[in-house]
Amino acid sequence: MSVKPGEFEASKELTINNRLGLHARAAARLVETAEQFNAEIYLEKDGQTVDAKSVISLLTLECPPGSEVLIRARGQDSQSALEAITELIENDFGE
Amino acid sequence: MKIPEFINKNSIMTGVAASPGIVIGQAYLVDRSKVEIFYQYLIDESFIKEEVERFKRAVQEAQSQCEEIKNDMPANLGEHTYILDTHLLILKDSMIYQATIDLIKHEKINAEWALKKAVDRAREMFEQIKDEYIRSRIKDVEYVSERIMRNLVGQVPENLAEIKDRVIIVAHDLSPADTTQIRLDMVMGFIINMGGKTSHTTIIAQALEIPAVVGLESCTRRIKTGDLIVVDGNAGHVVINPDEKTLRFYRGRQQSYESYQAEIVRCAYLPAETLDGHRLVVKANIEMFEEVAAVADHGGDGIGLYRTEFHYLSRRQLPSEEELFRDYRDVAQIIAPQPLTIRTVDLGGDRFASTLDWADEMNPALGLRAIRFSLKEKSIFKDQLRAILRSSTYGNVKVMFPMISGLGELLEAKEVLEEVRQTLSREEIEYNPNMEVGIMIEVPSAVVLADVLAGEVDFFSIGTNDLIQYSLAIDRVNERVAHMYEPLHPAVLRMVKTVVEAGHAAGITVSMCGEMAGDPICAPILLALGLDELSMPNTAVPRIKRLIRMTSMNECQEYLDTILKCRTVNEVNRFVEEVIIKRFAIHPDVVARGIRE
Repeated sequence: MSVKPGEFEASKELTINNRLGLHARAAARLVETAEQFNAEIYLEKDGQTVDAKSVISLLTLECPPGSEVLIRARGQDSQSALEAITELIENDFGE
Repeated sequence: MKIPEFINKNSIMTGVAASPGIVIGQAYLVDRSKVEIFYQYLIDESFIKEEVERFKRAVQEAQSQCEEIKNDMPANLGEHTYILDTHLLILKDSMIYQATIDLIKHEKINAEWALKKAVDRAREMFEQIKDEYIRSRIKDVEYVSERIMRNLVGQVPENLAEIKDRVIIVAHDLSPADTTQIRLDMVMGFIINMGGKTSHTTIIAQALEIPAVVGLESCTRRIKTGDLIVVDGNAGHVVINPDEKTLRFYRGRQQSYESYQAEIVRCAYLPAETLDGHRLVVKANIEMFEEVAAVADHGGDGIGLYRTEFHYLSRRQLPSEEELFRDYRDVAQIIAPQPLTIRTVDLGGDRFASTLDWADEMNPALGLRAIRFSLKEKSIFKDQLRAILRSSTYGNVKVMFPMISGLGELLEAKEVLEEVRQTLSREEIEYNPNMEVGIMIEVPSAVVLADVLAGEVDFFSIGTNDLIQYSLAIDRVNERVAHMYEPLHPAVLRMVKTVVEAGHAAGITVSMCGEMAGDPICAPILLALGLDELSMPNTAVPRIKRLIRMTSMNECQEYLDTILKCRTVNEVNRFVEEVIIKRFAIHPDVVARGIRE
């Protein structure tokens, strides 16, 4: 997937800090949160970009604890989507 | 316990005793034969639209099937429902759902073939993943797509949730997804082709205290649904369609084991105090975070040995300090105010983190392992010590170095610890400056030098598995000499005595954390030898506590006096069989496990 940086209305850099990283359960939480919004949401790590609404893609991005990721969102509710995801990650996915 | 000769006339299989207990019941074979799929090229545009619709219906069906399983799931498995939630997400995941639809449209192929292609692509992506845990999640994708596939070809999916009678599950392997589906209250036992002492089924079976035998290799070929099966999780035996005499034998064993077990667990919460008021601290050995909760359930006075190799062996990358810290902190918090003793890694020898590609050793047990490995790989050692120190403010955490063979090694390890402390202080990171530091006594030279070593540490813990191996020069994995591995060998008993006396002379606590500590036969002897603490597998805690409560220090002292006069291990064993087993009514099944485990 290639996305041009300028196309995004909202983006933020975050660190994954929960116990196991972006494992199955955390990835599922992230998808559930992302799906509440119409905005397209992407996660970027080490030059790889994936759809935040796909558990499989998120898993293959491989984010152990300490990973730094860039969240990008585009669409009408992109700002609130970004806020919700930030809260989820900063709260260690509620673990 | 030896199996009577008449049982060998039956069809009997031997595997790994994964979870104790004996059950007799009907087999339920979990069959995982693959769905046949065919390739079809769709010529007409109208077929394509129909094919997409057919695929969507199959997914819809799979969705309601998963929802149903989830709703039927017993409440006590709440923790596991997330796997089903993940499956529900995978069903509609664009990498499978949208990808299959796109493939049907663009390549004009049938839904089954398109789905297979989408899954193959996902599999390729997962194969690139370094983290073993995440890489293995392809199993969930395969599981979900198999369900869709079965709906597409009209094959009724096997629904483990539909098991309505109490059965013994017979399977090649069970995934976490499978076990979340099974109504576990309907499961009397597990017998599995694959697996070992740490596999998923083993952990589930132990947690739920369901008897299990794993590593049977061919049980799914030899057993049919409806066969009558005996599962002996104590000895690791499975008997298929036993004759009447065998059945009677096992019914008797089952009954006596169950009533014995019920009796000891009932009183597990009581302290291990002798009739004359001598208190022994009984702790648990654990290896994984998942076992922590069971420590309190079994009446453990804390964790006497937290083996820390798991994080290094279960994956490709070395664990980060942060990851270790979180794990240690969590364990410390759950067990607090009871103490947690963390042993630094015992890697090397035959246990290597897969990242460390080292040459095979001629004698792994005598090679670069445990503290020797840590002192060579200082950065790995320092990361772990930082994590341990950081966790020390969250509970009563102690650190313990394995396989210390002399003072030089101990001083060097302490020096590294001091260095790490200073770095943390400089970084203004909090830790407990008074965290206790101990060593394992498992090398004969450490026994001889116990008085010297005692002056440098806060506690000793005797690791009998290695101490016996090294002092009797017996390789436990060598079948030709394994029978000579004797915890009650006079030489071993004298060494334990030396260590206890040296420790107490220096005013430090002496504990034991090898298998011998959990062996009921040894308990009265260890009490009399003056050990302050014993640490053992969770399940052994209740029976050791019960045994201590029914005796007195005086009585045990008398046994010890007799035993210390014995000149051969046979004399000791004979006395134990004639006096101790009878006196304490130790169950024969437990004795079998105790001696030869």
